[in-house]
Amino acid sequence: MEKTYYNPRDLKKFGDIAEFEPKLAEKFFDWYGAVFEEGALTAREKSIIALAVAHTIQCPYCIDAYTEDSMSKGVTEAQMMEAVHVAGAIRGGASMVHGVQMMNKAKKLSM
Amino acid sequence: MGLSLIKSLKSRNSELSDSQNQLNYLNDSLVELELPSFEHSLLKSGHPRLKPSQLEIFQINLGYMCNQTCKHCHVDAGPDRKEIMSKEHLEKCLEIVSKHKIPTIDLTGGAPEMNPHFRWFVEEATKAGVSEIIVRSNLTIILANPKYHDLPEFFAKHNLRVISSLPFYQASKTDSQRGEGVFNKSIQALKMLNEVGYGKEDSDLFLDLVYNPAGAFLPADQSQLEKEFKNNLERDHNIHFNSLFTITNLPISRYLEYLIASDNYEDYMEKLIDAYNPAAVEGLMCRNTISVDWQGYLYDCDFNQMLEMKVEQSAGQHLDDFDIDKLAQRDIQLNQHCYGCTAGAGSSCQGAVA
Repeated sequence: MEKTYYNPRDLKKFGDIAEFEPKLAEKFFDWYGAVFEEGALTAREKSIIALAVAHTIQCPYCIDAYTEDSMSKGVTEAQMMEAVHVAGAIRGGASMVHGVQMMNKAKKLSM
Repeated sequence: MGLSLIKSLKSRNSELSDSQNQLNYLNDSLVELELPSFEHSLLKSGHPRLKPSQLEIFQINLGYMCNQTCKHCHVDAGPDRKEIMSKEHLEKCLEIVSKHKIPTIDLTGGAPEMNPHFRWFVEEATKAGVSEIIVRSNLTIILANPKYHDLPEFFAKHNLRVISSLPFYQASKTDSQRGEGVFNKSIQALKMLNEVGYGKEDSDLFLDLVYNPAGAFLPADQSQLEKEFKNNLERDHNIHFNSLFTITNLPISRYLEYLIASDNYEDYMEKLIDAYNPAAVEGLMCRNTISVDWQGYLYDCDFNQMLEMKVEQSAGQHLDDFDIDKLAQRDIQLNQHCYGCTAGAGSSCQGAVA
C-alpha cells in the first residue's frame, strides 16, 4: 500500500483510468467534457458548482482542480468561500433535517 | 498579499537580472523534470521551424522606465530603470515604417509616455499617415504628474488605440500585482479616457484592456472574461471599454522570480506544456511583429527582447541594418518561454490567438 492515500501528482494521471477499461473511460471523459461546456449555465457557474460539490464529497483532487479553474475564470476568493459555505450548509442541513426523523421515532417510542 | 517587490531585479543585482541565467534555469529545469523542449513540441506538431508571415506590427519599446513596479513585469521595468530610446532611433523607426508601409506601430515600455520624445514621435507618425498607432499605457501614468494629465486628450487627438493592463475588476487582485492604490488610480484614468470618447459605442477611439492572471494560473476563455469585466466595470464604476485581451504570464523576469519563490514554477511549466496547442502556432505574434529595443536592436517579440535573444544574425539585428526581405526569411528564435504563447487559446499582445 502507498504511504499516503492521496498524491497530488495522481491528479495528472486521471486519464490513465482508461488503461484498465478504455471504452467506459472514453465515454466518461466525453461526457465529463460535455458537462462542463458552456450551456444553460456558464462555464464559470459550473466551475463554482464543481468547487462546492468538491467540498461536499471532500475530494482533494477536485478541490485543487476547481479552485484553480475558478480562479482562472475570474471567480473571487469571497465567491469561492461563499460556495464552500453553501456546501457546508447543505451538509449541515442534511444532518439537522434528520433531526425530524429522530423526533418522529422518539415520539413514537415515548408514552 | 501586498506588493513586496519595490525594485527591479536589475537594481537588486538579482541573478535573474542576467537573461542568460533565466534561459539556463528554464532549460536546465525542463531537462531535470523530463519535460519536452518547446522546439520538440513544435516539431512534433509539424513545425520543424517557425517562419514569419507578413510584417504587420512594428513594436517599439521606448524604454524600461516606468512609474510602477509590477510584481509580474517581464520587462523588469520601474522608476529605477533609466534606459530610454533616443530621438535618432525613433527617427529611424519612422523612416522604416513609412518606407515599408507597415500598418501598425505599437508603442510599449516601461511607460512609453515617459520617453521625452513620445509626443513628438506620435505627431510625426500621424503626419506620416501610419494606419494604426497603439500605445500600451499603464493608466496610472496619466495621474502620476500634472504634465501627463492631458494624455487622454493627446491620445484622442491623434486617434491612438489605447491598450491598458487591468488584471482584475476589483482592487485587491489588481493591487497585489501592480502595487498598492493602482486599481483606484486606474479607474480614475479609465474615466478620463471615457470622458474624451474612448471605449464608447459608436466612437472610433478604441480602448482595450489586458487581463493577465494575478497568480500562477492560466487565463480562462477571453470572451467569457470580457463579459465579466464589462458587467462589473460598468455596474461598479460606469466604465466602458472595447475588448479584453487575455495574456498568459510568461515564465521570465520578475514573474519567473515569483514562480520560483512561491514554489509554483514546476507546476506552472507543466501546465503550460500540457496546454500546448498546435492550433495557436499559426497566429503567434512573433510571426507578424518586429520588436525594437531602446538601443535599436531587433527581436522577434518583446519577450525575446527581455531575454536578449535578437533576431538571427543573417536577418540584420539593428535598425541600421533593417532589411525587410532578409527578415522575412529568418527563423524565429525560440526557447522554453515560448510555451507561454502556445498554451490553451494562445497568447499575444493582442490577446488569445486560437
